[in-house]
Amino acid sequence: MSQTTKTTYHIPIGPIHPALKEPVYFEFEIDGERIVDVDVKLGHVHRAVEWASRKRNPIQIMYLAERICGICSYCHPAAFTLAVEKAADIQVPERAEYLRVIQAEVERITSHALWAGVAAHEIGFDTVLFLTWEMREKLMDLTEFLCGNRVTKGILTIGGIRRDITSDMVPKVTGVLDYLKDNFERLRKIFLDDKTIKMRAQGAGILTNDNALKLCAVGPTTRASGVKKDVRVGQSYFAYGDLNIDYVTPDTLTGEVNGDVYDRIIQRLLEIKQSIDLIEQCLDKMPKGDITYEPKIAKVLNQLKKAEGEGVGRHEAPRGEVIHYVKLDGNEAPFTWKVRAPTYNNILPWIPMLKGEQIADIPIVAASTDPCMSCTNRVGIVKDGNKYELTKEELHRLSVEKTRRLMR
Amino acid sequence: MTKENNLTPDVIIKSFKDKFKTKIIDAQIKKKPAGSEKKEAIDIWMKVDKSVFKNVIKHLCDLQYPHLPVASGNDLGKNIELIYHFTLNFDKRLEEINLNISVELPKSKPEIETICDLIPGALITEREKQEFLGVKIKGIPDDRRVFLPDDFPKDVYPWRRDEKGLEKLYKNLHEVKK
Repeated sequence: MSQTTKTTYHIPIGPIHPALKEPVYFEFEIDGERIVDVDVKLGHVHRAVEWASRKRNPIQIMYLAERICGICSYCHPAAFTLAVEKAADIQVPERAEYLRVIQAEVERITSHALWAGVAAHEIGFDTVLFLTWEMREKLMDLTEFLCGNRVTKGILTIGGIRRDITSDMVPKVTGVLDYLKDNFERLRKIFLDDKTIKMRAQGAGILTNDNALKLCAVGPTTRASGVKKDVRVGQSYFAYGDLNIDYVTPDTLTGEVNGDVYDRIIQRLLEIKQSIDLIEQCLDKMPKGDITYEPKIAKVLNQLKKAEGEGVGRHEAPRGEVIHYVKLDGNEAPFTWKVRAPTYNNILPWIPMLKGEQIADIPIVAASTDPCMSCTNRVGIVKDGNKYELTKEELHRLSVEKTRRLMR
Repeated sequence: MTKENNLTPDVIIKSFKDKFKTKIIDAQIKKKPAGSEKKEAIDIWMKVDKSVFKNVIKHLCDLQYPHLPVASGNDLGKNIELIYHFTLNFDKRLEEINLNISVELPKSKPEIETICDLIPGALITEREKQEFLGVKIKGIPDDRRVFLPDDFPKDVYPWRRDEKGLEKLYKNLHEVKK
């Protein structure tokens, strides 16, 4: 009999991968079913947008920024306009600030509803996927009603916003909010009271408070670990300074913070509730007035052409803080534009989250940070030098099987 | 990770100026009001000499453990400027402060110490600065590329505006393909 030695082996996952919406490459070191180490490679969809901006004026960059991501098509232009407004010292009309908050919060609820569906799908609860996406559909219709578009919204402009919400539009908005409130309880029950989801999510993919802080995680990922970091609360931008808003962490509901997948689910559900409340506050408080400081784009561009200065725009996107740096130097195109999307900071926290977990947990743990990269196809496993592939369906099947095992 | 209360912008600047004196080349506070109540968002822009950069970051970590969202950079001609955008006081309502620490490195020797030992989350952004601006981060725990593909030409840095920039590459695509 030949002697067997116990060694770890490597599985590469990605760049095309089931749990992620965009390509990213993982290499896992596996000992049996346990993950020992993780390495992440990025850049499969690096499109050099910052470089492309060198030949565009700030208004054109707005539309370029919108196309960085399909789900955060409001956040990137928002951070960019904030940065430009700081650099060129533009004061936005009050009404526009409130309208901007409403748009941002509609996007947040849409994104969290999408995420809830994807997360349920990852562990084999496809009925929940359809329930949450039904809710999301209502929000997409609302987005279309408010912006004229469903995905790339084209709603922001430098120094204001492009469409008003008039008093005859308000009932439709409140109607959707009421629908959400009615359905929120169903969602809460499914995600928080279901025994199987608890078994899959509790204690899985833990990110400690210390790690979240040191690895500079952002958004719901860091808040679910108890780090109170939310640009909307910490800083006065748009109309957030006027609104009644406080940090939300999972302990407001459960009384404790574990930093696991379950906490990240609670976190996002609580944030949906918070967003509904914020939109209602805005509709209540919104002052009358202009929606942009200068409706003629040519005039805005002319002013920006002369402006010199630098600014940092920070906005709390659904996935966390998005930050843009802009430097204007008196030319038509900005001198520098640096974009940083939230997932950029949530890559490193994956490593402590995934260590010690099982292969079947990869989809749900990776999805629990709501990464903004893109999806699907196959996983290759290299074992003893022989390469074989795990298809997307296979990895998904492993995840679903684990759920079924637990349900028995 | 000590947390000091009452870290106002003036206190922060004073504390740095007391410690590093003339090595703090410039420090400004910028305020931007927003909303109906015109509450202000605070930015601090601080330029430091590269000889004290690491100590500045150490001092910052002693003041309060910061959050580092990202570092950005500019090609200023003779120098390369790196700007580290920190956030302080982020757990207090409307007291968040953006602290932007910039440091200039001469193109003849674009080197700077890593801050990964103090803030491990800086790793990706430091790797990005290496490949996009061609600066050398001394002591970085992992110096592989992060966004650029492995077969991307050496000594070409997309954010540079000089001969090491991308101009050559995209103007003569047929030559690159060969």
